[in-house]
Amino acid sequence: MTSLVTGQDALVEIQRVSKKFPTDGKAQVHAVTEVSLKIEHGETLAVVGESGCGKSTLANLIIRLHDADNGKILLKGQDITNLNPREMLVHRQTMQIIFQDPLASLDPRVRVGTSVAEPMRVHKAATKEAALERTRQLFELVGLQPAMMNNYPHQFSGGQRQRVCIARALALNPELVIADEAVSALDVSVQAQVMNLMLKLQQELGLSYLFISHDLAVVERIAHRVAVMYLGQVVELGSREQVFRDPQHSYTKRLLSAVPIADPRQRTSRPLLTGEIPSPVWPAGEGPEVINHVEVEPGHIVAEE
Amino acid sequence: MNESGIAVEKLKTNDRGAMRMFLRNKAAVVGLVVFVFILLVTIFGPSLYGTSANKMVSRPFLAPSDDLAPLLGTDYLGRDILAGVVGGGRTTLLVAAVAAAMTMTIGIVIGSLAGYFGGWVDALLMRVTEIFQVMPTLLFSLVVIFLLGPGTRNETLAIGLTLWPLAARLARAEFLRLRELDFVKAARAIGCNDLRIMVRTILPNAMPPLLVSATLTIVIAILFHAGLAFLGMVDVNTVSWGSMLGKNRGYALTAWWTVFFPGLAIVITGLSVSLIGDGLQDAFNPKLRGR
Repeated sequence: MTSLVTGQDALVEIQRVSKKFPTDGKAQVHAVTEVSLKIEHGETLAVVGESGCGKSTLANLIIRLHDADNGKILLKGQDITNLNPREMLVHRQTMQIIFQDPLASLDPRVRVGTSVAEPMRVHKAATKEAALERTRQLFELVGLQPAMMNNYPHQFSGGQRQRVCIARALALNPELVIADEAVSALDVSVQAQVMNLMLKLQQELGLSYLFISHDLAVVERIAHRVAVMYLGQVVELGSREQVFRDPQHSYTKRLLSAVPIADPRQRTSRPLLTGEIPSPVWPAGEGPEVINHVEVEPGHIVAEE
Repeated sequence: MNESGIAVEKLKTNDRGAMRMFLRNKAAVVGLVVFVFILLVTIFGPSLYGTSANKMVSRPFLAPSDDLAPLLGTDYLGRDILAGVVGGGRTTLLVAAVAAAMTMTIGIVIGSLAGYFGGWVDALLMRVTEIFQVMPTLLFSLVVIFLLGPGTRNETLAIGLTLWPLAARLARAEFLRLRELDFVKAARAIGCNDLRIMVRTILPNAMPPLLVSATLTIVIAILFHAGLAFLGMVDVNTVSWGSMLGKNRGYALTAWWTVFFPGLAIVITGLSVSLIGDGLQDAFNPKLRGR
């Protein structure tokens, strides 16, 4: 089996990480199975796949909102898989997360300025004056007026709220920002604005993104590398060009063919995704078969079929 | 809340908005005015009115319309009913307030731990809660008073220990609901510890139903204490609205004023607290603000 891992000095490296969730009775949902990935400094790795393929679980595992059952999570070479919350605290400055629904991810009773300043207070990273000043700067950085700091989340539009969430994620100068379907809930025009903001921030601050999405158009615009997930496993991994121009795995091909094409003349007959994906629920003691991968060209890794 | 200037500023303006919403609810304002009036009468009334609630001032069973009678008539011992109404709220309100505070404290601590941590913590705490919940409430508090004896402190304990399971279940439900929300996950991703998440992030969002429940608990505690007094299970030397009802209940048909006025006092007090609770619910809902 060829490792999915490429390159040397990675910001985040996960090695054969698995996560199961118990359901009623004795069955288990195998949300993530033996996934190995690397995120390099300053790059955007997109994880794509349909609902229920385990991509959000993967995000939660990396940022340690869930604990992995198996495998290792390395942050800048340091194993953070089993750190307790106190030991984890310092590493939370290195990576932050943005969620899909910006309204739900802001405390409705707290002014947005206070929400953005909270990471600095929790980490005792700044005095109150400095935190206030930094919050002001963050608001400007994400394209919001600092005067809006005193407003409540419900007084903002969806795009503005997501900017607030980005500001909060940036408060501690992280190196990795995990965007869990961060633009999926936004209007298409607002989506473009928020993506442009994320690209700008990446240039200015040298951020890495783990960009989780089901929207291939969005991914094609923002990603450097793409991992395609299916039923908790990575079936294809490569650069954006490799995955989009030369998809190797049948699932990737079908996923790409499902993207609507605006120009009717460009449309060709295409194999469509049909049916439901198989269930990730297995009885206790059983589980999905771990797929082997082959490297078809440098950096382009495909699951064997 | 003096960790940072931002928090302090937030608190001030938050309160102002909440106050505005509360004042917009006319019924709640009426409830608040009535309740403050009742509080003032209960605190300062007895010394201003002068007549002791225990003193025989005239012949028994004088109707309010009788020329010789004090304003609200006299009871079976010739005691002034008005003196009783003015002075009889003191222990009841004190006991109800402290018992409700105790109920909410126990309930929130147990319910939040159970709801937040789940698993065996939840199972254990909820079984304990159920043990308290399945006991007949009035009988349980009677037993507590039998064991500890009457007196303000024991009456408070008897009521507080009886009423907390409801608050615990409500707090648990709110914590269960809120802990899965993205802003709680965001707080965890920032690195907030469990205590901070529970107290600073979840609890404020769980407060509206808990506050309404708290005011309801005060109402129940008032009725409960009145009930205990009615049954003669409180300090016999203290006149309270409940004990007036209890002692005069045999004469209710012939001398209606002996039970009507203390009963009315209980009803008005309970209603005013309920209305305040309703207003608080609006006041603490930020989505209603600015409308």
